Amino acid sequence: MKTVEEIRAAIEAGVPGAGVEIVPNPGPAAQHSLLLDPERAVEVAIFLRDDPELALDFLSNVTGVDWLDKEISEKVKVTHQVTKTVNGVEQTVDESAEEVRKHVVPGYLEVVYHLYSMAKKDGGPVVLRMRTRNRTDKVELPSMTSIWRSAEFQEREVFDLYGVVFKGHPDLRRILMWEGFKDHPMRRDYVEPDDFEYEPTAHDAVLTRAKTHHEADAAKGEGQ
Amino acid sequence: MLGEGILKGLAETAKNFAGSYVSKERLTTVQYPEERIPTAENARVFPFLVFDGKDWESGLRCVACQICEKECPPKCIYIEKSKDKKPDYVGKPQFYPARFDIDVSVCMSCQICVEVCPFEAIKMNTEFELATDDRFGGLLLDRHKLAQSNEYYHKIHPTEAAEVDARLAEEKAKTEAKAKAAAAAAAAKASAAAAAPKPAESATEKLAEPPAKAAESESKQGGGGQ
Amino acid sequence: MSGSVTELGFRLARQEGWNQSPVIERDTDTEQLEVAMGPHHPSTHGVFRMNVTLEGERIVRLKPVFGYLHRNHEKLGEGNSYLASMPYTDRLDYFCSLTNNWAYALAVEKLAGQAVPERAEYLRVILAELTRVQNHASAVGFLIQDMGASGTPLMYAFREREKILDLFESLTGSRMMCNYMRFGGCRVDASTEWLDRARTVVAGLPAFADEFEALLCKNEILMARTQGTGVLRPELAINAGVTGPMLRASGVNYDIRKVDHYGIYDRFSFKVPLGDHWDVYDRFMIRLLELRESVKILEQALKDIPAGPVMDPKAKIRGFRPKPGEAYGRIEAPKGELGFYLISDGGPDPYRYRVRPPSLINLTVLEDMCLGQNVADVVLILGSVDIVLGEVDR
Repeated sequence: MKTVEEIRAAIEAGVPGAGVEIVPNPGPAAQHSLLLDPERAVEVAIFLRDDPELALDFLSNVTGVDWLDKEISEKVKVTHQVTKTVNGVEQTVDESAEEVRKHVVPGYLEVVYHLYSMAKKDGGPVVLRMRTRNRTDKVELPSMTSIWRSAEFQEREVFDLYGVVFKGHPDLRRILMWEGFKDHPMRRDYVEPDDFEYEPTAHDAVLTRAKTHHEADAAKGEGQ
Repeated sequence: MLGEGILKGLAETAKNFAGSYVSKERLTTVQYPEERIPTAENARVFPFLVFDGKDWESGLRCVACQICEKECPPKCIYIEKSKDKKPDYVGKPQFYPARFDIDVSVCMSCQICVEVCPFEAIKMNTEFELATDDRFGGLLLDRHKLAQSNEYYHKIHPTEAAEVDARLAEEKAKTEAKAKAAAAAAAAKASAAAAAPKPAESATEKLAEPPAKAAESESKQGGGGQ
Repeated sequence: MSGSVTELGFRLARQEGWNQSPVIERDTDTEQLEVAMGPHHPSTHGVFRMNVTLEGERIVRLKPVFGYLHRNHEKLGEGNSYLASMPYTDRLDYFCSLTNNWAYALAVEKLAGQAVPERAEYLRVILAELTRVQNHASAVGFLIQDMGASGTPLMYAFREREKILDLFESLTGSRMMCNYMRFGGCRVDASTEWLDRARTVVAGLPAFADEFEALLCKNEILMARTQGTGVLRPELAINAGVTGPMLRASGVNYDIRKVDHYGIYDRFSFKVPLGDHWDVYDRFMIRLLELRESVKILEQALKDIPAGPVMDPKAKIRGFRPKPGEAYGRIEAPKGELGFYLISDGGPDPYRYRVRPPSLINLTVLEDMCLGQNVADVVLILGSVDIVLGEVDR
């Protein structure tokens, strides 16, 4: 199987201007991946499937990953001008101080595809990645179902559990959670509901949470 | 001939049917609960705590290190450490669990608690007929219900228990040997100090005493435990 | 029973792409009946629901619905350490817990770069092939039971399965939820007495396979019902990501044991049976043939197993923190390609833990296989896919 660089070169030759980057994978597994631009992803996918050299006809796995917003704080040396009295004379002097600056790196949802070749039967997976712009409103990505049918149920699962909307999917609805379920459970900031049934459990961690919910309901009932 | 395949199949079934009257292999049904198959030696159902000697409370091997509580995947173990210490099988004072509860309705018999316990204190039981009609506490086993003697452990898992005993005896022998060597070294120092100026003498003698006392107490406990 | 959709009196209304599910309609204007098969159903292999739309007895539309056994296994994996997820993998495909363990151990070993000693590799192969034998026998037994043979072939298969489960119990401690593989080897060593018992069980398996085949393979009712039913074309199978015996019954030669060379499968000689007619009968026969191939592997492995440790001395049980990175590891589980995708951030818990379930992905083509067939055949076709809901829903 070709290395990631060779595959990238082949994609650049087959689909010019596709904008594919290599995402290195630290650690011993060394399964490096290719980051696709969502605009050109479908063309790249068709090329990868139909190219006689690569013949990546088998989409093995579609995974969703949630990367939260990261707050990065760094210490910056800032100089500003201050009026001070030096030796009895008022002067404007440069004074440097250390400031802590925080900025937020926006998180995104990522979809990872693992491809193999059943025709060539060689080597490790070719890993493709696509990232959404953010986690809140720009969560659309193109669907690979028209190219590889195995993406049908797996993309539905990524939609259900992460909230990524796949454009061009024939039947995008929830698959594991029931219809009418709100929120996306596999996201890292998902808060579980705590309105459990009232039943004593062994060490009552669950019971205390349930009780707060039921007491609130009882108080509401009394208030009415 | 049409139906040949079906007839061949029927011949197989007839062979099994007739054979079930003759050979044990063909009749594999066990009339539970009147008949019971003996469980395999390595079978694991729910954990239990091992104690040495006659008294379950003082002989409990568990030192409440809480490693099993941390590693348990469904978090069914709940431990409260004691405030005081009691001596363990080598004589070293250790904490003990004031409370050790396992919720066996949550436990999934994965045996990870047994694997990670450094003190051979928790092992797997083979009792599975634990059905009870007390829905809310019947399957919460506290440390009294969990405590079983070392002899019971030998009965249900003989090879494993023999290995564990051998390991513990080896460790105990090592600590004893170390303590003896320390006592001998201290005694040697004391006799060397006796030749030296007086004020140092009382201090080294005091040092010589406690290791000897510990060696005495552990040999007493060793006799009682076995 | 055989023939394309058009031959059966339906016409193709539309199809979005050659690999997408077609929408068919009848020429005459008959009333359609929508039936939910399941989730509470004796033949759906678990809590599995199929919303079928019927024209008389023929299927016009079939949409599978599942999620009734969803236990958020993947989210639990993110909250538990790597070792604590191992007993949960037992419960994915609960028939084949040892292959699930192996797939997870393989993925983690890839992630951490952990080596495995030779005896452990042999033990893994022996246990995985025993799992495959009992899974294929039970799958065929369940398929025949769904056809109406109320349990006799199933119980014959279960008789052999009991012997294998007794072996598992004496080695791992539990019949089904074995929790035996660890990252760097196996949990405990197998004694010579256990290996002798395993050899006795394996020696009895060819006779069982002969008896099973004599009971079933030439049965006219079986042949009439399954031949030509549920045809799956190989191009569609490849494109839909179908793996395992279902793919090989569609004529595609892809067995991960031969392709990925994982473990020590290169040392054993075994064949990969393929199907010609791509129907339910082929899937049924493939499983019986693979059972025989597994017996061959078992005989070789039990003969050659070396002495040695079963756990790599550098492997850690507690405090296992693989370096940041990701890995995808897969094996040929009895149901198909079982893969685990792990992302590590250097901590004791994985950042992302994903199971690639073969049963779920094999279900993608259920609709394509069932269109135009009778309702009675849906149960057969579903049985030939061989799903386990624990894996589909996780």
